[in-house]
Amino acid sequence: MPSDGPIFETMGGLSAAEKLSSKRSIFAYQLTPLVLVLNPEKAVLSAEDRVPGARLPGRIEVNCEAIRRLCTIRAKFNVRLANSHSYDTHTTLCHRNRRQTVNADFTAEELAFQAEVREFLANEFPAELKQKVDKRIRLSKDEIVGWQKILYKKGWMAPNWPKEYGGTGWTPTQKYIFSTEMGLVGAPEPTPFGVTMVAPVIMAYGTEEQKQRFLPDILESNVWWCQGYSEPNAGSDLASLKTMAVRDGDDYIVNGNKTWNTYGQYADWIFCLVRTDNSVKKQEGISFLLIDMKSPGITLKPIVLLDGHAEVNEVFFDDVRVPAANLIGEENKGWTYAKVLLTHERTNIAGVPRGKRRLASLKRIAAETDDGFGGTMADNADFKAQLAEVEIELQALEYAELRTLAALSVGKAPGPESSILKIVGTELAQKMDEMTVELAGYNCLPFVPEQFEEGFEGEQMGPGSSAAAALSYFNNRKLSIFGGSNEVQRNIISKAVLGL
Amino acid sequence: MDFSYSEEQQMLQESVQKFVMQKYDFYTRGDIIKTEAGYSAENWAMFAELGWLTVPFTEEDGGFGGKAVDLMVMMEEFGKGMLVEPYLSCAIMGGTLIADLGNEEQKGALIPQIMEGAMITAVAYAEQGSRFNSNNVSTSAVASGDDVVLNGAKTAVLGAPNAQTIIVSARESGAATDADGISLFLVDANAAGVSIKAYTTIDGRKAGEVTLTDVRVPATARLGAAGGAAAVLGAVIDRATLAVAAEAVGAMDSLLTKTVEYSKTRKQFGTAIGTFQALQHRMADMFIQCQLARSIVVRAAMILDSDEDAVSKARAVSSAKSRVGKAIRKVGQEAVQIHGGIGVTDELDVGHLFKRVTALDLMFGNAEYHLQRFASL
Ligand SMILES: Cc1cc2nc3c(=O)[nH]c(=O)nc-3n(C[C@H](O)[C@H](O)[C@H](O)COP(=O)(O)OP(=O)(O)OC[C@H]3O[C@@H](n4cnc5c(N)ncnc54)[C@H](O)[C@@H]3O)c2cc1C
Ligand SMILES: Cc1cc2nc3c(=O)[nH]c(=O)nc-3n(C[C@H](O)[C@H](O)[C@H](O)COP(=O)(O)OP(=O)(O)OC[C@H]3O[C@@H](n4cnc5c(N)ncnc54)[C@H](O)[C@@H]3O)c2cc1C
Repeated sequence: MPSDGPIFETMGGLSAAEKLSSKRSIFAYQLTPLVLVLNPEKAVLSAEDRVPGARLPGRIEVNCEAIRRLCTIRAKFNVRLANSHSYDTHTTLCHRNRRQTVNADFTAEELAFQAEVREFLANEFPAELKQKVDKRIRLSKDEIVGWQKILYKKGWMAPNWPKEYGGTGWTPTQKYIFSTEMGLVGAPEPTPFGVTMVAPVIMAYGTEEQKQRFLPDILESNVWWCQGYSEPNAGSDLASLKTMAVRDGDDYIVNGNKTWNTYGQYADWIFCLVRTDNSVKKQEGISFLLIDMKSPGITLKPIVLLDGHAEVNEVFFDDVRVPAANLIGEENKGWTYAKVLLTHERTNIAGVPRGKRRLASLKRIAAETDDGFGGTMADNADFKAQLAEVEIELQALEYAELRTLAALSVGKAPGPESSILKIVGTELAQKMDEMTVELAGYNCLPFVPEQFEEGFEGEQMGPGSSAAAALSYFNNRKLSIFGGSNEVQRNIISKAVLGL
Repeated sequence: MDFSYSEEQQMLQESVQKFVMQKYDFYTRGDIIKTEAGYSAENWAMFAELGWLTVPFTEEDGGFGGKAVDLMVMMEEFGKGMLVEPYLSCAIMGGTLIADLGNEEQKGALIPQIMEGAMITAVAYAEQGSRFNSNNVSTSAVASGDDVVLNGAKTAVLGAPNAQTIIVSARESGAATDADGISLFLVDANAAGVSIKAYTTIDGRKAGEVTLTDVRVPATARLGAAGGAAAVLGAVIDRATLAVAAEAVGAMDSLLTKTVEYSKTRKQFGTAIGTFQALQHRMADMFIQCQLARSIVVRAAMILDSDEDAVSKARAVSSAKSRVGKAIRKVGQEAVQIHGGIGVTDELDVGHLFKRVTALDLMFGNAEYHLQRFASL
């Protein structure tokens, strides 16, 4: 991010009016409740973009990197500005001449990129995997890793990483196109724990040595990471975690109990929040530690969820020696680092492309499902209304996400507004699960989770994947619980956005 | 006006409560589900001994009385314990069909056996294309001398894997969704041409896909007049619908109780999560849902036991099932949510109650289906 770029502030709708009238703002594009405010002191308007004369024939691109990036987002805000950049004039013009246009077209380059992604997915996303995804068969670790290695070979494993670390260097629009196309064909996004969760923390706070040691293996999917935050008594109140790490020479000795570790059974490494100081405020005694899962003293206990699958684990640490070299950043600063990670976790959660794919599949299944009276569920008025409602909600969610991306693209950390994406995204996914169950009807009664596992040789229950409907409905209740529960997200909005 | 239970109903309620408390804790239930049969024969014998298997039958047939309110009282307690024994499919559905449609000979041969726990029946009425419309029957019944030959595939037959006798709906005449032309046949589960693909349901019961290939039954196996079973089948399904709505009321009651209890003991941020108003209001809403669900089920049960006409009864059942279904989503989802991570695990009863009520919402038509049926009646 250009350090001298303009600063966009995101703030709540209420204070927007005040801030707009403040003399520091030259331009504001207001979209309740998100407000983007350009700080003039840091904005750079280039000479060639300044058209002489008071009236403008066409549109002016503000020539600074960040705004260009903002403008190339699909929901482009093609900013019509007057030519003068003097501060007072701008303030005046801004009030008088607010005819900003918003459009959502892709540029020719973006369309070309979209075509490239489509071609790549058509050729490289293994047909066998696609089939499994369509049939809702759980992918094995090898299959997931294999697919990630294909992405790596193409250079597309880490859309969110800077180029210097092997990221794509894509614009937000490109990232958006990429994840949309992936979602539409059902190609799984890389498992988040390495590339999305721990890597940004290592990049931001790790030593050079740690970066060299861990990042390449994440990029190449040589190492599988899992997240060790939650404990039996530290869920929503994560900061009350008790797993202790006591310094002993060049090592830490770790004792305690983590839980809910997603895919801990596959993991080579775990990134943990551990307590290194008991004597201070609970947030201030936490450190961020990377632990090799093969270390003596670590045991895993699988936890079976309502869909019959042990997707999560309890992890026990019994005098586990961890080299102090695996500490990220400073001791007792882990909470700060983790919070950064949590907000990143949240922005990826809206799942709009996946939602669109599911909506399309719901429509398809509805047309194939008898209503029992000679028609299909696609003609059922109530079901049609539900489909429409979901589609509208997805549209609103998509644009809420784009607006958050717009803010992100100018270098802001995801703000508390990203809680919206988490809440709405997860509740919408859960609603679609309910609808899938409704369509499946009696076909979702069989509880045969094995049939959605690789290598199942028994007799298939239910036509298509209808018997997966209830399993998915049950499992996806997790969506509103993990990643900061939806209650916690609402607390964040109440406090951080609404100032309550 | 008096909503209190009779002495007999209270005794019935207490006996089920006692059974659930003493014999049906969560872990025992889990062990029963894991067995091959998927239910406990010992429990079944006890049901017979305690007289529960007589509840769906009239005094004339040697039963407890056959009142919908009695069924409601009992099913509510069954719901709290999440029983997996085939009571609904055998005693309520199979038993009532035989009682309402059977001739003296059929009744005499089967009803006493059912009440003694010696005969398990199941009812195969749904088909792949029928969704929740029991008049949508493609399975064919073709006369052949003194016999009838059945061909077709039945789906989601609750209790089929444990049944000795399966009551099958089949079409003797008419088009796929005509009410006329549907007959019911008593089919020996071991008869040639009957195949059952057994499975455990999402809520821990046994059910099966039943395929009939040239199954030959004597014409005397027909229940009632040829082609004339639709109305009684519909009414029995309505009665069973009320029973599952009552069962859901019990299960929701457990969900609420367990959630409130949990919220008082689970501590986060240095305090019980039950002190957060955000959660208190949600539990208050769960309570409201439970109360409305119970109320509308009582209403429907009373109407079923009254002299009102068939349409009023059907409307009462659909109104109850639709409203209960709405409550199910709310209460089930909130219970899991308020439990947090532990709520989505297989380890806690709450998740299993959630699965049970989800299945009950589907049984005989979900909330949306019954809302539309109510509007169309
Ligand atoms: C399937 C699954 C996968 C997971 N994967 C991981 C993982 O890989 N790594 C990891 O570290 N963790 C993981 N988690 C843990 C997850 O982050 C926690 O479950 C979550 O933080 C909630 O904690 P809890 O389950 O202890 O619920 P609790 O914190 O006990 O919450 C119980 C209920 O109280 C509510 N509540 C709590 N505090 C408040 C409040 N202040 N105001 C209002 N309501 C409140 C909650 O929203 C919830 O409804 C996973 C969880 C699940 C279910
Ligand atoms: C049309 C009308 C007729 C009325 N008639 C009568 C009458 O005949 N006699 C009479 O005595 N009064 C009457 N009232 C007054 C009525 O009882 C009060 O309006 C009511 O008690 C709420 O008080 P308030 O308006 O001061 O709102 P507040 O008490 O200030 O409440 C504002 C908001 O905060 C919420 N709130 C308050 N406390 C809490 C809490 N602890 N937790 C969560 N939310 C909370 C409220 O629910 C409300 O949404 C009437 C009011 C109206 C509008």
